[in-house]
Amino acid sequence: MTSINLVYFAWVRERIGRGEETLELPDSVVTAGDLLAHLKTLGDEYEAALEHENVIRVAINQEHVEHDEKIAGAREIALFPPMTGG
Amino acid sequence: MAPVTVRVQRDDFDLAAEVRALSAGRHDIGAVVTFSGLCRDEAGTLGVLELEHYPGMAEAEITRICHQAVARFDLQAATAVHRFGKIAPGENIVLVITASPHRQAAFDGANFIMDFLKTAAPFWKKEHGADGSEGGWVSAKDEDDSARDRWSKD
Repeated sequence: MTSINLVYFAWVRERIGRGEETLELPDSVVTAGDLLAHLKTLGDEYEAALEHENVIRVAINQEHVEHDEKIAGAREIALFPPMTGG
Repeated sequence: MAPVTVRVQRDDFDLAAEVRALSAGRHDIGAVVTFSGLCRDEAGTLGVLELEHYPGMAEAEITRICHQAVARFDLQAATAVHRFGKIAPGENIVLVITASPHRQAAFDGANFIMDFLKTAAPFWKKEHGADGSEGGWVSAKDEDDSARDRWSKD
């Protein structure tokens, strides 16, 4: 088990119902994509937030990554929708 | 190294003051391009736009984009200021300033920074209606992805 800080933004944050949390992850969670799949098993709020997995953006230690990126060594993982700034 | 200035702030910015700060004491700059993005309300139904951001990463990502633009277009300086919080129609949202010896690099650099800022800087807009209703999150546009992707052609 690894403990990881997760942060959520915009409608991902609203649907999950919190902006951040620390979770224990099973060793089977290796990539960012594994993390999304794991979170969806944790409850309806996660299922609703991460329903369309392919649109969810992931950042590890404040840098964008693809879903196949390994999460080992991550201090902070952020999940959020496509960005709409500017 | 060309100076890169990036700020993410709640308060408004002063375009003229930012240009002065960028060019103060320099005699090598021939072209300064500024881009301002404003909160618009064409339908007359928007109360305020609420901009959420990822503190830390927002600054880091815009800084990465500005450094890429400096390297690619050989810019002499770049400044980017992005606001967060509640912004009313007509108010400023974002400012990008680029400087170069000749105009084309400054134009291209500002364009490049905005295209990547819109698709990679962690900001999200939520609309609140003039009637007090919650309008919801603004959707990302395919055109913005296309605008970004044109820089990876050639």
